[in-house]
Amino acid sequence: MKILTGNDLGSGAVTWWNGTGWSLFVDDAVDVGEDADEILARETAARRVNVAYTIDASIDAGGHVRPAHIKDRVRALGPTVRRDLAVPTADKTGWDWVI
Amino acid sequence: MYQYDSYDQAMVEARVEEFRDQARRRLDGKLTEDQFKPLRLMNGLYLQLHAYMLRVAIPYGTLNARQMEALADIADKYDRGYGHFTTRQNIQYNWIKLEDAADILADLSKVEMHAIQTSGNCIRNISSDHFAGAAADEVIDPRPYAELLRQWSSFHPEFTYLPRKFKFAVIAAETDRAAMRLHDIGIRIVRNDAGEVGAEVYAGGGMGRTPMIAPLIRDFVPVDQLITYAEACLRVYNRYGRRDNKYKARIKILVHELGAAEYTRQVEEEFAHLLSVGVEPPREELARIAAQFGDPAFVDGPKTIDRSDPDFALWARRNTHRHKHDAYVSAVISLKPVGGIPGDATADQMRIAARLAKLYSFDELRVMHTQNLVLPHVRIADLPAVWAALDAAGMGAPNMDTIEDIIACPGLDYCSLANARSIPLAQRISERFAATGRTAELGELKLKISGCINACGHHHAGHIGILGVDKKGTENYQLSLGGSEAEDVSLAKITGPGFDEDGVIAAVETVTGVYLAARTEGERFLDTYRRIGMEPFKEALYG
Repeated sequence: MKILTGNDLGSGAVTWWNGTGWSLFVDDAVDVGEDADEILARETAARRVNVAYTIDASIDAGGHVRPAHIKDRVRALGPTVRRDLAVPTADKTGWDWVI
Repeated sequence: MYQYDSYDQAMVEARVEEFRDQARRRLDGKLTEDQFKPLRLMNGLYLQLHAYMLRVAIPYGTLNARQMEALADIADKYDRGYGHFTTRQNIQYNWIKLEDAADILADLSKVEMHAIQTSGNCIRNISSDHFAGAAADEVIDPRPYAELLRQWSSFHPEFTYLPRKFKFAVIAAETDRAAMRLHDIGIRIVRNDAGEVGAEVYAGGGMGRTPMIAPLIRDFVPVDQLITYAEACLRVYNRYGRRDNKYKARIKILVHELGAAEYTRQVEEEFAHLLSVGVEPPREELARIAAQFGDPAFVDGPKTIDRSDPDFALWARRNTHRHKHDAYVSAVISLKPVGGIPGDATADQMRIAARLAKLYSFDELRVMHTQNLVLPHVRIADLPAVWAALDAAGMGAPNMDTIEDIIACPGLDYCSLANARSIPLAQRISERFAATGRTAELGELKLKISGCINACGHHHAGHIGILGVDKKGTENYQLSLGGSEAEDVSLAKITGPGFDEDGVIAAVETVTGVYLAARTEGERFLDTYRRIGMEPFKEALYG
């Protein structure tokens, strides 16, 4: 699947396209199929996201969205060395899938 | 230390307001990211993996308690309660909001600080010896010359858009504590036979994907021609440095491709021209600056101290450095607790460092390129009190220049350029060696880790270096041996195929084992490597 990610213009926070807006939670990311370029152009022009791009991802057995590249997996939760600063998540698998 | 005059203050405040307007226009949509990016980078504001990152300049690594307290306040008010001290003696904040950036710069300006030229293809913050002005072995305090270069290079209209970034280091001792020859231009302040002060100038060093050691291009530039000579060096680079290929744009490539002799010839030609034009600041300006770097009011006192407490004795032996006044030492504040993140300090730790500076070090602090801090002027009699305070605050690890004193860049945990994480390796290696008790046995052993080829973690200069790479989407680590950033400068060589995370930690243990088995009396790891060569290490690693 293809999902969209970027950073919030004002706060810089990592965000994920959820079909109607930008979420802080990777599990909210939706497959954009062939619509990536159109959404990116529209959302960037509206300043609802900054430096956004399309990435590959998959859904695991538990229904969680997993970015394909390690860099985006680290972006999804936060620094692996400061788990106290992690993005809050209900994902019971913890950090096992990030690295 | 240097204090801003009205010009310095006006320049910094004007830049704050200029950036405030630029940031507002970006937030209002009047600037695109492509238009805004070079403007924010000129003010040290990056966009990293998780948020904006602000890099604040600490000129030649020197700051006072008030400035350190301001850095702590920024960490609490605008970030998440901590900051990261870097290998270029700066501090970075990892969780900055664009909406806050101008306010942060305004807060910095109130304590004579800024983030100008901490990014972009310009002359970056000048680095120096972290023991400058205190070390027993220096010819003279190098910081007035670094400050003169800072003033010359700040907003220099000709050098604002260089082919690539440009880094100076200025030292004034035979012992190189600033990786001077691994900078674009390295300057060693010296005295000639007549007792006159001048500069040895080295050009074309650097790390990154093409590491090079800067050759000496001039053995004595009179100090009243230093800026003119620097201008000549930059002019030749600006004129002929490659702008067609980012990876070949640093001055080291130009010096290498032209040859040091031809680059020097062109610099000398330009230098002669500039001397006739007259671009050197008046001598009075250097004198004005130098007057602000006078010695504090040192007082005589005990030259020895009770070392019956073994923990204190170990710290005092490892983490202090000989001072030019025999009743004082420079004391290293370790930001490398076992299992900790190299270079990170909480706001509270910064405030404690500031308080200790006020109480015990004439209001001065330094940032080391090894990501520690320094109290430069501590009375020997005050060492037990300083150590007790540091130990209680988690900053008293007795590990300077040991295998636990690891340099590590932010790596893939924070940096958008990184291919692999650096910090977890540093944490695990320090834990491993602390647990085995081998740290003391290994003696001086500088281990440096970079998460990508840009080499912010100085892996090329590590006695043991580790470079993180991306191997088909997973982290992999190349091991290298034999580097040094010091006066015996050398570039490390790769041992062979890389390792995964567990493998590279085991490999570090293996090579230290080879060293312990092969060393002769008094040899450091680096000395043994240089004597026996790579083969015994490769044999142990790969069979």
